[in-house]
Amino acid sequence: MKEYQTITEISGPLVFAEVDEPVGYDEIVEIETDDGRTLRGQVLESSEGLVSIQVFEGTGGIDRNASVRFLGETMKMPVTEDLLGRVLDGSGQPIDGGPEIVPESREDIVGEAINPFSREYPEEFIQTGVSGIDGMNTLVRGQKLPIFSGSGLPHNDLALQIARQATVPEEEEGDDEDGSEFAVIFGAMGITQEEANEFMDDFERTGALERSVVFMNLADDPAVERTVTPRLALTTAEYLAFEKDYHVLVILTDITNYCEALREIGAAREEVPGRRGYPGYMYTDLAQLYERAGRIEGKDGSVTQIPILTMPGDDDTHPIPDLTGYITEGQIVMDRDLNSQGIEPPINVLPSLSRLMDDGIGEGLTRGDHADVSDQMYAAYAEGEDLRDLVNIVGREALSELDNKYLDFADRFETEFVQQGYDTNRSIDDTIELGWDLLSDLPKEALNRIDEDLIEEHYREDAEEAEAVQAD
Amino acid sequence: MSQAQDTETVQEDGVIESVSGPVVTATDLDARMNDVVYVGTEGLMGEVIEIEGNITTIQVYEETSGVGPGEPVENTGEPLSVDLGPGVLDAIYDGVQRPLDVLEEKMGTAFLDRGVDAPGIDFETEWEFTPTVDVGDTVEAGDVVGEVPETESITHKVMVPPDYEGGEIESIESGEFTVDEIIAELSSGESITMHQEWPVRQARPADTKETPTVPLVSGQRILDGLFPIAKGGTAAIPGPFGSGKTVTQHQLAKWADADIVVYVGCGERGNEMTEVIEDFPELEDPKTGKPLMSRTCLIANTSNMPVAARESCIYTGITIAEYFRDMGYDVALMADSTSRWAEAMREISSRLEEMPGEEGYPAYLAASLSEFYERAGKFQNINGTEGSVTAIGAVSPPGGDFSEPVTQNTLRIVKTFWALDADLAERRHFPSINWNESYSLYRQQLDPWFRDNVADDWPEVRQWAVDVLDEEDELQEIVQLVGKDALPEDQQLTLEVARYLREAWLQQNAFHDVDTYCEPKKTYRMLLAIRTFNDEAFDALEAGVPVEEIQDVDATPRLNRMNTSDEWNEFIDDLESDLEEQIRSLY
Repeated sequence: MKEYQTITEISGPLVFAEVDEPVGYDEIVEIETDDGRTLRGQVLESSEGLVSIQVFEGTGGIDRNASVRFLGETMKMPVTEDLLGRVLDGSGQPIDGGPEIVPESREDIVGEAINPFSREYPEEFIQTGVSGIDGMNTLVRGQKLPIFSGSGLPHNDLALQIARQATVPEEEEGDDEDGSEFAVIFGAMGITQEEANEFMDDFERTGALERSVVFMNLADDPAVERTVTPRLALTTAEYLAFEKDYHVLVILTDITNYCEALREIGAAREEVPGRRGYPGYMYTDLAQLYERAGRIEGKDGSVTQIPILTMPGDDDTHPIPDLTGYITEGQIVMDRDLNSQGIEPPINVLPSLSRLMDDGIGEGLTRGDHADVSDQMYAAYAEGEDLRDLVNIVGREALSELDNKYLDFADRFETEFVQQGYDTNRSIDDTIELGWDLLSDLPKEALNRIDEDLIEEHYREDAEEAEAVQAD
Repeated sequence: MSQAQDTETVQEDGVIESVSGPVVTATDLDARMNDVVYVGTEGLMGEVIEIEGNITTIQVYEETSGVGPGEPVENTGEPLSVDLGPGVLDAIYDGVQRPLDVLEEKMGTAFLDRGVDAPGIDFETEWEFTPTVDVGDTVEAGDVVGEVPETESITHKVMVPPDYEGGEIESIESGEFTVDEIIAELSSGESITMHQEWPVRQARPADTKETPTVPLVSGQRILDGLFPIAKGGTAAIPGPFGSGKTVTQHQLAKWADADIVVYVGCGERGNEMTEVIEDFPELEDPKTGKPLMSRTCLIANTSNMPVAARESCIYTGITIAEYFRDMGYDVALMADSTSRWAEAMREISSRLEEMPGEEGYPAYLAASLSEFYERAGKFQNINGTEGSVTAIGAVSPPGGDFSEPVTQNTLRIVKTFWALDADLAERRHFPSINWNESYSLYRQQLDPWFRDNVADDWPEVRQWAVDVLDEEDELQEIVQLVGKDALPEDQQLTLEVARYLREAWLQQNAFHDVDTYCEPKKTYRMLLAIRTFNDEAFDALEAGVPVEEIQDVDATPRLNRMNTSDEWNEFIDDLESDLEEQIRSLY
């Protein structure tokens, strides 16, 4: 291992050093400062005689006399099952005062792509106990389903609720043939200490910590480290899932901070910026995170991802949510209006979507009528939403009886179906029955998305009559 | 992908000078533009994209972590090419035509390792070759010399490579051969095998390009009915995320009546590709009843696979499509998504520090797009057969904004535009193709086919539907202001008819066993049924029946069930006579 004292330039998070031996791209670097601190970094560009290094902890305190060591390998994450229950910092060092980690193996943190041929298509329903998700935007094992949120919205509460309640129904009955266990990996990028405490308290309160691995990069930790944190988290997740057969749920928060860090590095390298100053390779970079989810043929475990991102200005055309939406398999959108109405969780189902829903629901998975019910509720709620604009202009009296029913449906949908509180755990049966309850307020003929036999079976005649009496 | 099998072609080696992500520069490399090179001690595959003095710039198709200056670069002296021959169908490739199943086997893991190469077609398999020409016959470049039953549904034609001189056949074999064995020898001294190589960035030659007049029937009502595409045509499907681009592409790949389907998953989701890989072998071709996979070639380059391979996968796909076109087949190429391809170009271009054009895309974006779409078309092949390549590209505009460069440059070239609409998707109106914004410039030239093969008055009935939908669009603006009940009765009725057009006809459930495919005759009959309702209803209105009573006729909700009815002919017959009877009984 060769040591250099050849730093020529320090700029933002980057250090440039002269070398006389070739250095590999992406290699790990240690920089020792005068005051004896050791900082870690990664080779961003390697050419003959000169390398540029991105320093994770920030370049504060480095001067031109600092010594640079190239470790001759790319960044690795020491992994072991014993990581469960541990709290690590953003670059993988334990910060919980526990014993040193004895790794079973050291894995490259830049994961390799899963061969699409070796993947298994995800279709195992995960019951989150949240009607807005289970009923309308079903999550399945191996999916990546982000929460699109905004500043000040309770996305953390929702993420915690999912982490607490997520089960696969048939396994509750004890016929889990593969014996896989559930684990949570929590990767925090640039969140505040308070937010972090909220998560940690909840993990400790519910005892979830012992089946979790926590990676903490807080708001005052170096920004560049944020580009490594999710990769450490996902490397650990892949190890637990595909070597140790765990069903891993990865919560990454907040992707927006991660992208800001990418932009910071891009700017320091004087790259040609893409949209809004974010680097042109941000799509590829994000894909390298999000695509590390899924199932592999012949393996029992799975990696399911719930990244959280706050949309700047609640704008879903901003590059971060936009690129994310193109990679992930849908999104759960939090809504400011619903939040101010006190709906918990404030999920707006209309722009939300789960791409893997169609194959994850139905007879044998959830219920045979799930798809039709959810379709019909979407259509009816969208209709009601449209009519709300009209009501503001012409008033309710000017609308037909059917239109009024759609308006009532939209109200009930928000206040009864979506609204449930963060501690209510609804089974999928409850969710769908509640759906029928609401749909039965509409006349049978209006239910054009549902199979006639299903209407016969589930439609609540009395509800309609009761409604009719009320209307008189 | 072709391995450098002939060591003779290997030229002088170079040395890596710098590495930055997928872009590597090397010195002292004697190479031409677009030559394939092997980079570093691990032999990662790359392609020469810039030469400046003694410095050669290479885009590498694999992850470059750990590669450093000083490592060797080896030139194959050949441009990026695909292996063509029996075995291309039913295969699943990455962006540079390495079969993914072989890679899994060779790497021994589910993760894609580096530095592993595999030929695009299997050199071990023996194929049953039957000659179609005799000794003494004269053949020219492109001519068919024999046939191989490649899959259940496709007969592979073995052709004289297009760059051959041709001549008299001196000997020709019959029986089982591997793709590398010589099956025929020509008087020109050239010998023919079942295996051809062709550089991906160069279009395969054809005689003439013709005006397409036959539609690519997709079984999707809104496409066949309103915005048809021709065999040999081009189409773009732009839309924001979640609007159903991929489902539409899948539906086309499943149901379009092409002979061969080449599906390019360019920078898309891994799980989606897996769905295709798992679904297609189980699905049946509605025409032949054979497995869909036996006419399909899949190219899967997911978003986290190396970016340079994403740039090349589109070319790999279209070259394979052209090869089957040369055999006289109608080929449909689906590219999902061309935006990811453009972004890959942008990423490479910015690593090269090229002067950016609009939104950071390289200045040659428009040229690359038009070059790609121009390779589609209906062709008179050089061997006298007729074949076509239909190119359908999904576009993923950032923020769903169609004014961005990729969408705009694509629209300047393609003749069919299927605009996906986030609003429709939100209310789960699928396929969420906006009927006011979309267009097809093939309508006129395809009308004769529809008149002959579906119904004589097809264009007129279609025009009626378009008019009603247009009128609805205008009326909706008024409804937004004053409410529906303030409209005169005849306009209320128009809205009702338009609603049936939207809900019963334009909407189609891709996940319903019956509704997923709708033959053109059924599409037409369903439209007629709605028009029957329209005509009867307006007659009744004129006779003084209030519009509510007409709407409440028992039979009308059945209009919404036409799509899922298996015995649609009887179903629609009954429905039409019931509508007639019930509405007439009102006055």
